[in-house]
Amino acid sequence: MNARIGHIASNTFREAVRDRVLYNLIAFALLLSGAAILVGQISIDIERLVVVDLGLTAVSLFGIVIAIFIGIGLVSKEIEKRTLYTVLSRPVRRWEFIVGKFLGLAGTLVVNTFFMAIGVFGALLYVTHKFSAADASILIALYFIILEFLIVCALALLFSSFSTPLLSAIFAFSLFVIGSFAEDLRGFAAMTHGFTRWIATAAAYLVPNFSVLNVISAAAHEQHLSAQLILQNTFYALFYTAMALCGAVLIFERRNLK
Amino acid sequence: MTARKRTTIVAALGLVVGMTASMLLLRHIDQIRPRATIADALYISSPKIIRRASLGFDGLMACIYWTRTVQYFGHRHFLRSGSYNELAPLLEITTALDPHMIPAYQFGASFLAPRPPNGAGEPVRAIELMKYGIEHNPDNWRLYYDLGFVYYTELKDYKRAGEVFEEGSKVPDAHPFLKILAAQMAEHGADYSTARMLWTATYESSHESNIRQNALEHLRAIRVDEDVTMLQAAIERFRQNNGRLPTSLWEVAAAEHLRGIPLDPDGNPYELSLDGQVLVAKPDDFPFITKGLPPDYKPAPPKFHSPS
Repeated sequence: MNARIGHIASNTFREAVRDRVLYNLIAFALLLSGAAILVGQISIDIERLVVVDLGLTAVSLFGIVIAIFIGIGLVSKEIEKRTLYTVLSRPVRRWEFIVGKFLGLAGTLVVNTFFMAIGVFGALLYVTHKFSAADASILIALYFIILEFLIVCALALLFSSFSTPLLSAIFAFSLFVIGSFAEDLRGFAAMTHGFTRWIATAAAYLVPNFSVLNVISAAAHEQHLSAQLILQNTFYALFYTAMALCGAVLIFERRNLK
Repeated sequence: MTARKRTTIVAALGLVVGMTASMLLLRHIDQIRPRATIADALYISSPKIIRRASLGFDGLMACIYWTRTVQYFGHRHFLRSGSYNELAPLLEITTALDPHMIPAYQFGASFLAPRPPNGAGEPVRAIELMKYGIEHNPDNWRLYYDLGFVYYTELKDYKRAGEVFEEGSKVPDAHPFLKILAAQMAEHGADYSTARMLWTATYESSHESNIRQNALEHLRAIRVDEDVTMLQAAIERFRQNNGRLPTSLWEVAAAEHLRGIPLDPDGNPYELSLDGQVLVAKPDDFPFITKGLPPDYKPAPPKFHSPS
């Protein structure tokens, strides 16, 4: 079972690399080095802030875009190219296919993030000339960004398991936007009454809460991030990802592929 | 030559010519277009809307707005413009997006508080900005120092400045000079010695070259103001003793038993007008002086001196 999942995952990773996904690193490197050099000349006293904010925001946004646009095609492309039937005719279960695809895309994003992290720390070293202990919060922020990617990948896969690529992209992106406003949703739910309150509260907790995973500002200001937060966010992301993957598996298992 | 090679050459030439022509045309169009009022347009003035539009990336948006604020102020300051209409809203948005962006408070107050053309001439808004900063960063003693500074320099409210310095001195790791300044404000708020202490503290505690240069210019201006005050007092004593105004500062120096005519920080002697006023020889070299200025003086753009 693990071998089959591993093969699918590694093939998914190879496909993503062949799709020149990792070329986005060039754009990222240019953006970050330009910002690091330029910001000191057009602003005052925020060189480190800009490098960290811009760097981590770019890592997050580039990754979300890759997760959505590759994730939505993971299943539909295989169906379109008819390669899915070849795969499933082997002793590969449908759920193994889904999990393998997820792991492949997640692996691509982790590799992408790793190289981007090198870029961020390189630009940081250029503007600050040395690292400090407080820079460890940047690593935590990057870890939380990877957790975000896991959720987005799982959601993209969920939508891809039953919908067209265009609709999957719209659903996934919409959920990303709504998830960024999860705190506002909860505030709105608190202001309502009765049945509306129940619905709003349920929605507020059902949408992925990306705001708790966004600690970019805290990292930029060298604020301490507690171990409890790290642990709880990890479990939240893993449970949410598992939920979305289970949903994808449930739908895909019953999908008529003819 | 093959058809492919011909196509390549023509396409490459077309690319270069097209790019060059479009860039040159754009330059020409910029020159003939009326100056757009984009500099004064704040398309979205609500911090809440901008925060929501940033999809959680508030920090980056705050950096963008801070950079925009710096560019806005620098451009208007360079043009010696008297109006900075968008400065306070830009600062409000920046600090609402990132309440921990300390430079926005420190520099923002120094942009807002001074009178035009050096600043926006809005000390009350500068104070509101600093209070907002202190509310969100209560452990930053520098913000108390900067707030006290605004009370001292722009509002001449020495009592309130002393109170703020006193509050700031209670912050853990606060610089010891806050306590000294608090005590100094209480009794000697209006003295030159207090002003000198304040600017010396600013010069010594900052690593930012712009701030140090600014502090240095203020210290030079304090020296000039003190000299002019001292000389004016000496001229008044001469007039009371001799029943007439002195004809030159040499007469004053002789009457006061000075070794020579006092010189300004650049080594130029002060001048005496016909009506007995002490004048600075080159007032443009001292952007912040308040005394010794000729009548109807219009200041030139400030020249900053390097710390010696």
